[in-house]
Amino acid sequence: MSSSAEILSQAFTLGYTYTRSTGPIVGQFLTSLRARKMVGIKASDGKVLMPPVEFDPVSAAALSEFVDVADCGVVKTWCWVKQPRKAHPSDKPFAWAMILLDGADTPMLHWIDAGDEAAMSTGMRVKVRWAEETKGLMSDINGFVPEAVALLGELKPAASDEQITGMEAPIYLTYNFTAGKATARYLQSMKKGKLVGQRCPNCRNVYIPPRGSCAACGVPTEEEVTLGNKATVESFTIVYIPIPGNPIKPPYVIANLVLDGANLSFLHLLSECKNEDVRIGMRVEALWKPEEEWGYAMENIQYFKPIDEPDVPVDQIGKLIDEGR
Amino acid sequence: MRDVAIVAFAQSNCQRDAGAQNEVELIMPVLTEVFKQTGIKSAQDVDFTCSGSCDYQQGAAFAFVAGVDALGAVPPIKESHVEMDAAWALYEAWLKIQMGHAESALLYGFGKSSPGELPIVLSQQLDPYYLAPLWVDTIAFAAMQARTMLDSGEITEADMAEVVARSRNNALANPHAQLKGDQTAADLLKEATYVSPLRLHDCCPISDGACAMIICTIEKAEEWGKPYAIIKGIDHRIETHHIGSRDLSRSVSTEIAGEAVGVKNGKVDVAELYAPFSHQEIILKKALGLGDDTVINPSGGVLAGNVMMASGLSRIGEVAMRIIRGEITRGVAHATSGPCLQQNLVTVLEAK
Repeated sequence: MSSSAEILSQAFTLGYTYTRSTGPIVGQFLTSLRARKMVGIKASDGKVLMPPVEFDPVSAAALSEFVDVADCGVVKTWCWVKQPRKAHPSDKPFAWAMILLDGADTPMLHWIDAGDEAAMSTGMRVKVRWAEETKGLMSDINGFVPEAVALLGELKPAASDEQITGMEAPIYLTYNFTAGKATARYLQSMKKGKLVGQRCPNCRNVYIPPRGSCAACGVPTEEEVTLGNKATVESFTIVYIPIPGNPIKPPYVIANLVLDGANLSFLHLLSECKNEDVRIGMRVEALWKPEEEWGYAMENIQYFKPIDEPDVPVDQIGKLIDEGR
Repeated sequence: MRDVAIVAFAQSNCQRDAGAQNEVELIMPVLTEVFKQTGIKSAQDVDFTCSGSCDYQQGAAFAFVAGVDALGAVPPIKESHVEMDAAWALYEAWLKIQMGHAESALLYGFGKSSPGELPIVLSQQLDPYYLAPLWVDTIAFAAMQARTMLDSGEITEADMAEVVARSRNNALANPHAQLKGDQTAADLLKEATYVSPLRLHDCCPISDGACAMIICTIEKAEEWGKPYAIIKGIDHRIETHHIGSRDLSRSVSTEIAGEAVGVKNGKVDVAELYAPFSHQEIILKKALGLGDDTVINPSGGVLAGNVMMASGLSRIGEVAMRIIRGEITRGVAHATSGPCLQQNLVTVLEAK
């Protein structure tokens, strides 16, 4: 995480590692693609749709009649990408194009490796450049090239001829996430070893971590309140299942804790006690990591541990005044 | 269909990067403003609340739920959300009022696109088998659409530049606009292409921001004693996801929606059209049958600032506020979603 002025931001990648089932129509298209063959599907009006769809876009009838289509055709429209984006299929300038393959009646989208924009024109003829290895994905077409270009690459036979019913479709998106104003103030305090919440000007409730608003009243919160390290267990659970990526060994306790002087709980770990002894109303205290390890994070607190104070009655939890201040 | 009144509308400035503002902090100022305009205190004072946003934009899961923190939803309120532009949240609320399930509603839309690479994020709204795996972005689709029209001779690059120049000029009077200026079409044509045939100025900018609106029955508006604009009709249509089957030089869905709401049944003083790319304004103007006596995008439109998931509702708000201020008596607002104007919503607004 980096801090510039009041803005805290962190780059991260969001991954959706989806596997999709294809159904029989898309599956047949991808199976053919893996065998380096193009197939379209006959629509209700007899036109050949490319790539195939399950239902007719006009009549909504279920479609099933596949039709062989050539792996070459005509560019109907195109655009030129001077500066490819990282996610794009080519890292040098290329064209996106709608290409009408011979034998099809609708153009399909793919990209063209033409080298230079001057080599592109509407109406030009192009052909598929098959990938050296095919997997049953759109990328089995390693772009199209102008028809006159000689293709010399060696093509390996497809690894399988089984019908394709599913495909890997991972999505990775990168972001530079920015904390909100209230969150940034809170994290800056955390870095200094202080727990700072915000008070609602209307209902006087104190929230930590603050979100910049009172969710109950719907008004902005600005007044900052420094809270102490003591808290009460409002609820808890004992985690027995290992969670991928989590270094803590189960079983362990996750608790909803309300800091003294605050009115809403947050989640943290509870340790230094038998899991069986944890109970609602139990008094606990934050154990901070050594100062040199403090960052802009809740993890500055290693965990909460029990303290020798009488339990808080259930109806008083979240209503304590922080007497330590 | 019963008439529905728009009594309040507010929008934030369109900013390239809202920096340290989370969804709550983006939404709250526009909510405060529409509550003030209506003379009510909070979302508790309306019967229904509906929002439009898309968590993929900022890459924060359940940001749309976090946004509810801005509402004051205690005790619980009737609330809904569309993973679409908030213009469709308005449609949902309008239906609720038609059905007699609500007399008033709060709508809001917000978008924080700055944390991600928006054109690439939007590539993932496409067909997940044929298109999304290629990471074909929104700009590419729009560029291919523009070339179709240029190739057929239907438009020229100068026509596109005229749209941009007018947008930037109109935006000079819009305090919320992100891009404004007095360039002429000739100046703009001197710029190099970006994703050819588009130049950068043919593409809407990426903006962060929010907007909010309050609608209600005519009876409720009279009870509140506030001036209002009337929604005379609202309709939305969508075209196939099989992009090769579409005629990209037309917007058939806009034509049908425009016909359904009776755009042509009277003079259209002003039209706010959600055209994220310059040539699309020309397509939409034709699809709605708008003549030269209609002022198009007096706000500058989304070429001057485009808050994804809020700009559609803002188009409607822009027209409504002109009616409320007494500047015009009848206007049309349009919202869009998807590649090459795939889905379109058309609203006709009139003075009382």
